[in-house]
Amino acid sequence: MDHPFDAIVVGAGGAGLWAALELAREGVNTAVLTKLYPTRSHTGTAQGGVCAALGNLEEDHWEWHMFDTVKGGDYLVDQDAAEILAREAIETVIELEHMGLPFNRTPDGKIDQRRFGGHTSNYGEGPVRRACFAADRTGHMILQTLYQQCIKHGVKFFDEFQVVDLLFEGDPAKGGRAAGVVAHRLADGQLHTFRAKAVLLSTGGFGRMFRITSNAHSLTGDGVALCYRHGIPIQDMEFFQFHPTGIVGIGILLSEAARGEGGTLLNDKGERFMSNYAPKLMELAPRDMVSRAMYQEIRAGRGIGGKDYLYLDVRHLGRKVIEEKLPDITDFARIYQGVEPLKEPVPVQPTAHYAMGGIPTNVFSEVVRDDKGTVVPGLFAAGECACVSVHGANRLGTNSLVDLLVFGRRAGRQMARYAGKVERPQPIADAVEPVRAELEAIRGREASGESVAVIRKELQDVMMDNVGVYRDATLLTAALAKVKELEARNQKVAIADRGSVFNTELLEAQELGYLLDLAHVTVSAALARTESRGAHSREDFPERDDKKWLKHSLAFQGKDGPTLRYKDVSITRFQPKPRTY
Amino acid sequence: MDVNLRILRYNPEGDAAPHWETYQVAVDPMDRVLDLLIKVKAEQDGSLSFRRSCGHGICGSDAMLINGRNRLACRIRVDQLGKKISVAPLPGLPVVKDLIVEMSGFFGKYRTVKPYLINDQPEPERERRQSPGDRARFDDTTKCILCAACTSSCPSFWARPEYVGPAAIVQAHRFIFDSRDEGAAERLEILADENGVWRCRTIFNCVDACPRGINITRAILEVSSAIVGRRG
Repeated sequence: MDHPFDAIVVGAGGAGLWAALELAREGVNTAVLTKLYPTRSHTGTAQGGVCAALGNLEEDHWEWHMFDTVKGGDYLVDQDAAEILAREAIETVIELEHMGLPFNRTPDGKIDQRRFGGHTSNYGEGPVRRACFAADRTGHMILQTLYQQCIKHGVKFFDEFQVVDLLFEGDPAKGGRAAGVVAHRLADGQLHTFRAKAVLLSTGGFGRMFRITSNAHSLTGDGVALCYRHGIPIQDMEFFQFHPTGIVGIGILLSEAARGEGGTLLNDKGERFMSNYAPKLMELAPRDMVSRAMYQEIRAGRGIGGKDYLYLDVRHLGRKVIEEKLPDITDFARIYQGVEPLKEPVPVQPTAHYAMGGIPTNVFSEVVRDDKGTVVPGLFAAGECACVSVHGANRLGTNSLVDLLVFGRRAGRQMARYAGKVERPQPIADAVEPVRAELEAIRGREASGESVAVIRKELQDVMMDNVGVYRDATLLTAALAKVKELEARNQKVAIADRGSVFNTELLEAQELGYLLDLAHVTVSAALARTESRGAHSREDFPERDDKKWLKHSLAFQGKDGPTLRYKDVSITRFQPKPRTY
Repeated sequence: MDVNLRILRYNPEGDAAPHWETYQVAVDPMDRVLDLLIKVKAEQDGSLSFRRSCGHGICGSDAMLINGRNRLACRIRVDQLGKKISVAPLPGLPVVKDLIVEMSGFFGKYRTVKPYLINDQPEPERERRQSPGDRARFDDTTKCILCAACTSSCPSFWARPEYVGPAAIVQAHRFIFDSRDEGAAERLEILADENGVWRCRTIFNCVDACPRGINITRAILEVSSAIVGRRG
């Protein structure tokens, strides 16, 4: 079935929904495709807040927010983009309030704000109250509010349509333009083509390549991998953030808001060990530093009971603060760990959380395909799947939400402008055939002993153990060999479900292919980068090396794996300095 | 420990009717039912189909009938259920395959209550002011994740599928009692309909089913009172 539209949005998280809203307001004929229902998107799980220098409780300026973002990202941030992020954060948060988002309020009725990791006043002096929040379900309220507005403005949704291929007129690596997508309808397994002038990828991250992750099962990097397979490079994949406070063993997140409200991290001796690593910001240092400090403590035998976790302590905050400002995460601790945070400290360990890398874009959310910023006409990306890059080598807490709001909005506006000046692509003959053949090959394969679940498990194990918080050449070389082995075995993967209706096993097989592609790039880029910067911490190269490595990586798909090239970082206001807190 | 897990299976491309299948699963008592389903799919039958995404009670994908009560599979642990666990699709909604039910009717009803802020006043340059007290007034109903556990547990909904259902009323409540909203009259008109709030018989199944702990019956009663007050 062929569906002609003017704009297609793939993924219905915050970035996709805001883009769709902008397109609807401009009267552009738009469809949103999501493999879930929109309200199931992972934006909904963001807890702690969204930073904007409103200054509602104390002096604050967007320039400070920009500086914190650049320093937090270990100077790999493109500063032109960070300036836009920090400036437009303010108007997007105000616009969300106007849309109805139920922010917590100050006594005088303004949006309430709290502290968050790495966000400081006056260029690093001390923590500042910048994170606007709705209890500890800020992301839930953002997702709900944007979905509500999309309903109000008549946005057309295709729920449970999983995009499995991208369509182009010509080769996108050589000037071809976006022409639409192919989607698999979960309800009956039919392949549909959606033709459009402008296509936005807002498909989220790919934390499911790791064993311990805060990410939803659905976060398998679909949009990123599809770009890569069509010759579009992917950027900065060696930088993956591990959030310090995941629930032990399963990785569910306990928000940084717990520390923002005054929660502390303790080792086995009951010491606030962060005083040894970040004396000024303590527990509110950026996540990469806190996660490394936790690994150091565990290695030194100061994990709780000598084990591989530490304590997050919120007992001293009192019942009122915990129940009013941190209700969900207290509930998580009770349900998933059987721990009562009002009475006992909560065991935590770092959990794979956020991809700083992704599909390279410019500040208009247009996908770029080389180190010169050449645009792929009609193709856009925003949110976690994109790399603008506002997060550089390490994202600050709440800036994921700021990113998807600011650049989702920009994507929608730019798509509307673009769609107004080009013709809709013609139908492409046999557009669904390549991916139909791919899916049928999986579905038709005889049992081979290789299953999706086993290959995925082995991938998640090696990525967690060898490509985690600390890395070195030995670990990464072994990981590369393992990923290649898994890629070869995945050619034989077979599934039990031969049906058409909700064949979730078939789609999981497809998603595993995406994860393998992206893991391969992650390992290769990590092995190549012989320095430590932000979330990429090489024990064999412990120093940051600006001379050699102040540059973004771009990975192009080659015959036997990725080919790496590099591009310059945009530096406007802040020259790189040593990063201490 | 080993659990005896019964799942109501249905394959529309082969089965005439749903039927129970039993699986022995080795589990940790802290495992959630979702972990068990994932394990069965990985190790025993890859064709088992269910929805899941975030895995910690926020996305609302995996509501199902677990040991006779509507639950999120990712929020209920084995040690809370014992060694015999039965899992079936949400009641009262058409089954598509295994544990997957048709949700379009549910979301369709959600849309009928105008679930978005209505306020045609010119927007101020900064945020609209709202006191912490006014904000607290509708806090409970902002928690809703549209998982359908409440609506599909409601005997009034089973008896009359046209009933808008508790979830849609919760969503309406979230706006009716928001001091910034001016659409209460429109929504109350919709909910005063014969398939609106009056279908609630205060059976409290919805409150028991809600994974977010929302006091749904109270919200419905507050909406009913507002309708009565409007008429008075």
